[in-house]
Amino acid sequence: MSLLHLAVSLPFLGALLIPLIHYYNKRIHPGYFALLVPVAAAVLLLMSGQVSQSVKWMPRIGLNLDFRMDGISLLFCLLITVIGALVVFYSIHYLSSREQLGHFYTYLLLFMGAMLGVVLSDNVLSLYLFWELTSISSFLLIAFWHHKEKSLQGALKSMLITVFGGLMLLGGLLTLVSIAHTFSIREMVMQADVLQQSPLFTTAMVFILLAAFTKSAQFPFHIWLPDAMEAPTPVSAYLHSATMVKAGVYLIARFTPLFALSAQWIYIVTFIGAITLFWASFNAVKQQDLKGVLAYSTISQLGLMMTLLGVGGLGVYYNNQPVFYAAIAACVFHIFNHASFKGALFMVVGIIDHETGTRDLKKLSGLLQLMPVTFTAAIIGALSMAGVPPFNGFLSKEMFLTSMFDSKSGLFHGPSLVLLLSLVIIGSLLTFIYSVKLLKDLFFGGPPSVDKHVHEAPLLLLLSPLLMVTVVVFTGLFPNILTPMIDSAGQAILNKHVAPLHISHWHGVNPALVTTLLIFAAGTVLIFTYQQWAPIYSVQRPNWTFNYVYEKLLAAAESISYRLNNKVITAGIRSHLLLVFSALIVMTVVLLLQAPLNFGSWHLSEVRSFELILVVLILIATFMVIVAKSRLFSIIMLSAIGYAVGLFFVFFNAPDLALTQLTIETISTALFLMCFYHLPKLSRYEETMPFKLTNAVIAVGVGAVVTVIALMAYGHRFSPSITEYYIKHVYDLAHGKNMVNVILVDFRGFDTLFESTVLGIAGIGIYTLIKLRDSKEVNHEQTKK
Amino acid sequence: MEVIMIILSGILIAASVYLILSRSLLRIIIGTSILTHAVNLLLLTMGGLKEGAIPIYDKHIARYVDPIPQALILTAIVISFAVTAFFLVLAFRSYKELGTDNMSMMKGVPDDK
Repeated sequence: MSLLHLAVSLPFLGALLIPLIHYYNKRIHPGYFALLVPVAAAVLLLMSGQVSQSVKWMPRIGLNLDFRMDGISLLFCLLITVIGALVVFYSIHYLSSREQLGHFYTYLLLFMGAMLGVVLSDNVLSLYLFWELTSISSFLLIAFWHHKEKSLQGALKSMLITVFGGLMLLGGLLTLVSIAHTFSIREMVMQADVLQQSPLFTTAMVFILLAAFTKSAQFPFHIWLPDAMEAPTPVSAYLHSATMVKAGVYLIARFTPLFALSAQWIYIVTFIGAITLFWASFNAVKQQDLKGVLAYSTISQLGLMMTLLGVGGLGVYYNNQPVFYAAIAACVFHIFNHASFKGALFMVVGIIDHETGTRDLKKLSGLLQLMPVTFTAAIIGALSMAGVPPFNGFLSKEMFLTSMFDSKSGLFHGPSLVLLLSLVIIGSLLTFIYSVKLLKDLFFGGPPSVDKHVHEAPLLLLLSPLLMVTVVVFTGLFPNILTPMIDSAGQAILNKHVAPLHISHWHGVNPALVTTLLIFAAGTVLIFTYQQWAPIYSVQRPNWTFNYVYEKLLAAAESISYRLNNKVITAGIRSHLLLVFSALIVMTVVLLLQAPLNFGSWHLSEVRSFELILVVLILIATFMVIVAKSRLFSIIMLSAIGYAVGLFFVFFNAPDLALTQLTIETISTALFLMCFYHLPKLSRYEETMPFKLTNAVIAVGVGAVVTVIALMAYGHRFSPSITEYYIKHVYDLAHGKNMVNVILVDFRGFDTLFESTVLGIAGIGIYTLIKLRDSKEVNHEQTKK
Repeated sequence: MEVIMIILSGILIAASVYLILSRSLLRIIIGTSILTHAVNLLLLTMGGLKEGAIPIYDKHIARYVDPIPQALILTAIVISFAVTAFFLVLAFRSYKELGTDNMSMMKGVPDDK
């Protein structure tokens, strides 16, 4: 048990213990116990240093808890534990004690442990395991208020999409394992050149991309994130802004040195990111729900990080061109910045919701005088998100734009460069618009139209967001305090040393600065003319959304399986038999076509005339059974067949068989006739021609394949029969002369024992059927009348 | 003779499949009975027909017909008789209970959506 393993197992331990503590001690809020976990985990993680530690779990299948701490893992671990602690503290004052607090902290700590596992795992199987655990705990947290229909729908949607991605991840990772013959990500990265030669490289790439895009809510899989806003606000702040949605970004970053050797990877990551950035910020402007704005804003910021990772991949593609490493540094910096300001903004929104009772932007306005402290936190967060100096968002936005302009010396030129730049610049413009518009709508204007008496939130609730915006301001003013962390994370992503980096506010007049100034100017104009251009949003038809596609797909899957079920499963015994018989015919014919028909050599006995007569008799009787119109006639014809078979046994030297057959046939016929009065009239429900024709075709097919198989089998005898043994020893070993009887009761007595059992069970069954009846049964014939 | 018997069995199997595919319960039971006969004949035929004496041991006879298929068929006859008898009573009871012997009426009702 090493420090890393201890740190990861702490949250799981907490998830187990907290409901117990809560059960026995209702006076202390369980959040205070939960608060200990991330704090202790953070201390342990900081103490561990950059190490690899392994614990064997299931070595035979390659599943081990191999944890590895490097720069990027450390960044994510700190985000998870520190923001985790702040969120837990916030939730103590946010959730009322009437909620199921034990459940809440169990889910939250489960998520925390899973997320730590994701970012620390070096073993692909344990990575997948923790990845799915984040999906499951996220599902539980979104549906925390499970009495609300919308919570359940949101939880289901996020579950379906992220678990789809999770399965893709499993496929991708196993494909990589099968190429690289190792379960360690680090060892895979070391053989990146070899892996790229493999024909399965593209398959693995597509799988991994799908996994990352679904988890990080990239276009067009972003639809689950806005619906996940039904979760309690601390959950939205923690999972859906700071940690879980960045798991996809982490995955892309982790696999960049492996996949960025291929140009497709760079194109896909960059453009999906840019499209997400544009589309989500476009949609964020029109949202009327506070958390809706933040959800779309999160999606668009995740798109920004993806774009940066795509461009940063050029550094791997061109092998050692430091100009592209800046994109990776910008991405790492922005991951940190986004976590700080978006976490704060979610908490602010939660406070406003808490104090006013609504999240509807139409009802809220003029909160500046009523909630000045909340306003301070909100304006810092939102301006940082908009990319306004002196906050940290400005710095990472500048680095972002610089990297985009620099990408022209890489794979991007001509139309693709124009497209990329226009997507990101319009996206940044829209980001500025929704951030500032959010502040304007919330805090300025007339008093809010809500019933509650609005006042400032308690200080303890405000503490977490205030701490987070302090970080925003501090790292905005002194960004270079973060450079060692950014450097080490960049090294971990690129797998090579990156030149040290210096972040400064003022770096001369360059395209990025000019663009930013233009964005500020155009954004301000557009905010004040919003009413004029708002109709642009009604252009989109209601059916042309991805939510509509998702719902249609879900409905289609349901109705297709429903109809398939009705057609096949409940269609009645005849259609099942048709399937079984057709399968028999098709499989036999296919097998027969594989090899030429070979009937071998037949040893035939001579044909006697009375045997032929018997054959003709059986054929006639069979024909009569099929065409019979009365049940008595068909029963008698059936007996005729039975007696004829008995006669065959006589001709073929089988006296015991003949005896039994004749007896049994007599009893059967008697049984038929005894039941005769009670049996239904022989109804011919199948008088339609197509019905008879289908049956006839299948019947002839089955008869034909059985005949052919039997003829082929008869001509081939591969080994001598064991009969000789029985014939030889029937008298000296068993002291009997009738060989059939000796075989039945002596050589193979067990058959006879169980055959008698069958007869007994059938007798008991018949007795039960006739005698035992449910006393409350309804006589259907009577009710019909 | 064996070829004729195999073809006869094939025809019997075809007839029984045709009957089993019908919708009347009684015809299905008759179909299963015919199927039993066909299979028994096939079993006997595959062992070879009339290649020796009746399988009763006698010092002076060197060649007998194969007793093993006969033993197998004897078992099969009894089992099929048991099953047919049970099936028949089941048909009788289900006709009394359900008021129909039409198999297409006996299928499950699809669940409400």
